[in-house]
Amino acid sequence: MSRITERHRRDFLRASGAAVLSASAVALLAGCEKMAAAQTGSAAGDVGILNTALGLEHEAISAYQVGATSGLLQKPVLDVAVQFQSHHKAHRDALIATIRKLGGTPVAAKSDAEVARALNAAALKTQTDVLRLAQRLEKGAANAYVGVIPSFGDKALAQVSARLATDEAMHWIVLSQALKDPLPASALSFGA
Amino acid sequence: MGRQVLLAIMLSSAVAVDAAAADAAHGKELYESRCGGCHSLDANRIGPAHRGVYGRKAGTAPNFSYSAAVRSSGIVWGEKTLDAWLTNPQALIPGQRMNFRVSAMEDRADIIAYLRQQSGR
Repeated sequence: MSRITERHRRDFLRASGAAVLSASAVALLAGCEKMAAAQTGSAAGDVGILNTALGLEHEAISAYQVGATSGLLQKPVLDVAVQFQSHHKAHRDALIATIRKLGGTPVAAKSDAEVARALNAAALKTQTDVLRLAQRLEKGAANAYVGVIPSFGDKALAQVSARLATDEAMHWIVLSQALKDPLPASALSFGA
Repeated sequence: MGRQVLLAIMLSSAVAVDAAAADAAHGKELYESRCGGCHSLDANRIGPAHRGVYGRKAGTAPNFSYSAAVRSSGIVWGEKTLDAWLTNPQALIPGQRMNFRVSAMEDRADIIAYLRQQSGR
């Protein structure tokens, strides 16, 4: 990601708005609370989906932590990784708040060491290796958020899932540019 | 296996793509991009490890904490059950925690072909 320029970084800062996302997501999700309460069965299902999403965000936070402390990332790449991690923390906070509002219990995070083992972080030897892992996880996360949209009982939560997916897709795009990957040849390259 | 589960499998198998025509190589690409956010072949992550899933009883991957619904489903993963699962997990096993759907039947068939290959079946 040596090609991540200052312009990219400024774009991140303009586009990311991590605090804005967190606040607005929580506000939007809070608005779903009454709807969810009126449909108890689907609310329980929605809590399950949100908890799976929370597990994914926990893992992303740990993955970026492992990458950031690996000694393999140089500035400005390191700053970008920390910025992306902050987005995932905002997602995590919004999901936890919503799960609690809906009466659920948020899943706990695994330790960074557990996540590192599961992701075979010991095999990471270069900055490119770290970026490839992040790129793969971000694409998987974007697709996961798209793939659960039809399962939500509450359409407002489905919309939030789409917003989360676009954040992950934005991360994937930046990482792909940094790795100098070609643009996707076909349309509709995300989602099922 | 309850009536709801059987119905889900029957509906799924009615439109299932011919397994012989499925493309495991394409399934690998799909697996990595669609399933890789939560799953790996050899490690439990948000979801269980998948190597060996084809032919395995649901809820029995070692050291993974499953929902009670999956553990008690009695399902064995094969062409029809995996297709029904990827079509709509909640219809197959109410109370499960995955909820991720793959809408295109050809994509489901290719992912299943890859999982079967990686399970040595």
